[in-house]
Amino acid sequence: MKKYTYTDKKDTRSGFGAGLHEAGKRNENVVALCADLVGSLKMDAFIKDFPERFFQVGIAEANMMGIAAGLTIGGKIPFTGTFANFSTGRVYDQIRQSIAYSGKNVKICASHAGLTLGEDGATHQILEDIGLMKMLPGMTVINPCDYNQTKAATLAIMEHEGPVYLRFGRPVIPVFTPEDQKFEIGKAWMVNEGTDVTIVATGHMVWRAIQAGEELEKLGIDAEIINIHTIKPLDEEAILKSVKKTGCIVTCEEHNKFGGLGESVARFLTSTYLAPQEFVAVNDSFGESATPDQLMTKYKLDPSDIVAAAQKAMARKSK
Amino acid sequence: MKHTISELEDIASQVRRDILRMVHAVQSGHPGASLGCADFFTALYFEVLNHNPKFDMDGKNEDLFFLSNGHISPVWYSVLARSGYFNVSELSTFRKLDSRLQGHPTTHEGLPGVRIASGSLGQGLSVAIGAALAKKIDGDKSLVFALLGDGELQEGQNWEAFMFAPHNKVDNIIASIDYNGQQIDGPTEKVLSLENLQAKFEAFGWHVITSNGNDMEEILKSLEYAKSLTGKGKPILNLMSTQMGYGVDFMVGTHKWHGSAPSDEQLANALGQIKETLGDY
Repeated sequence: MKKYTYTDKKDTRSGFGAGLHEAGKRNENVVALCADLVGSLKMDAFIKDFPERFFQVGIAEANMMGIAAGLTIGGKIPFTGTFANFSTGRVYDQIRQSIAYSGKNVKICASHAGLTLGEDGATHQILEDIGLMKMLPGMTVINPCDYNQTKAATLAIMEHEGPVYLRFGRPVIPVFTPEDQKFEIGKAWMVNEGTDVTIVATGHMVWRAIQAGEELEKLGIDAEIINIHTIKPLDEEAILKSVKKTGCIVTCEEHNKFGGLGESVARFLTSTYLAPQEFVAVNDSFGESATPDQLMTKYKLDPSDIVAAAQKAMARKSK
Repeated sequence: MKHTISELEDIASQVRRDILRMVHAVQSGHPGASLGCADFFTALYFEVLNHNPKFDMDGKNEDLFFLSNGHISPVWYSVLARSGYFNVSELSTFRKLDSRLQGHPTTHEGLPGVRIASGSLGQGLSVAIGAALAKKIDGDKSLVFALLGDGELQEGQNWEAFMFAPHNKVDNIIASIDYNGQQIDGPTEKVLSLENLQAKFEAFGWHVITSNGNDMEEILKSLEYAKSLTGKGKPILNLMSTQMGYGVDFMVGTHKWHGSAPSDEQLANALGQIKETLGDY
């Protein structure tokens, strides 16, 4: 198992804030909008340096999505910022008609996704957003795994023409990917090569998959771990190549098992290469109030849950 | 003026014929408010807008128009074709398979003149404000026009947008309301009362003017006046009274023709009331 270490722990939303600030420096067409959550989205540096390119829309997310769509007419590249719940479920039809169907170059940037939002509870912990967004034709869906990757992804989506959903979160987690990485949309990142089981993970679950890989190694299991930061378009080639080698797969996501990464992988594999698949995901449930760590344990998203799923998937391989 | 009032009225007459024939041909679509807005669209595209029919999506340094109540696509398609965005013969493809003239306007099929999809109501004003902000960033002095239905004012997103524009001094936008008092299920006052719209818009901080949207001379005057009010720190709202179905005696002033097509006999009757001026498509 390749050794991963970290010296720093940061939140992925701060990676977004840093990426947005850098994007603003690199391209004067970049504009940003926020629905009364500037501090939570870490947009302060952008606002300080580019006040004329920032729009505070107040608590009015539907209007924000429409204004963002309008700003693209004239060549602006709008980044909207609010919590994941208010970035998707609350404004689904606005995104569908004014952004996705209209083919507008809007970057929907969503913080506080998943259970790790913590104490605010289920009203704010959306676990359905990946599904909602990936169903929209032409929408790119990205869920990076740490600060550095989120910053790199923010810069990459600026260069990409078309609507993007960028999902990140609130908790501080290890920074273990390279600082100067090049982020390629739709290209999986090989975390660890192995032969016994494929573990694909997205977002906060990638570090947990690495921890699980270390545990599996102690059990004599050689796990291949792949970071799928882009859920749509899915890197089917990387998944197929790995599963042909290992013969089974575990998908890991901080999202409902319905509509997430796991379903995308299953849809692809059922029509190409049948292999046992286990899902580490929230089991069709809303979240609740507690600390992020308590919630990840209760909803079975811990490294130990990934280990158990890997063993189960391996046991189902035909002898 | 590029055209006389009488010339513009003749164009509007042809537009009304186009609307009726398009909707009749596929036995679907929304003739009522399309007829009611034929004069407004004609004035806008043939006289008021500084626009380029060689369509460019970004529309820099030209006036832009956004239609929020997308179901009145027939009137928009007719006026776009008649003002040179595409050939009038394409009007015969309205609502048919593989057409660029979808039931509700979209950018998806690349129809020149359309910059955003609309149909799901209440979204157009936000988009128009976004386009107006882009013009401000660029120092582009041209204007953004929008048309909203009165029924769709029941959608909450409009009021988010009505709040945003005055606060942010978006004074390069002229939003008109098609104030015909009708919606699918009946008169707006019965379905969900709009109460005193002028007072509401003024309370939100808009500069409100009122006009008759079925009087060509008054439409031109009010839009010219609206233009003179731009750049003064407030967005402009044109509360424009129209009659649904205007121009056809049996369609006028009722919600019954909101979304129904005329029969063969009804079409013949209606066309008998409206002069063919530029030649049917």
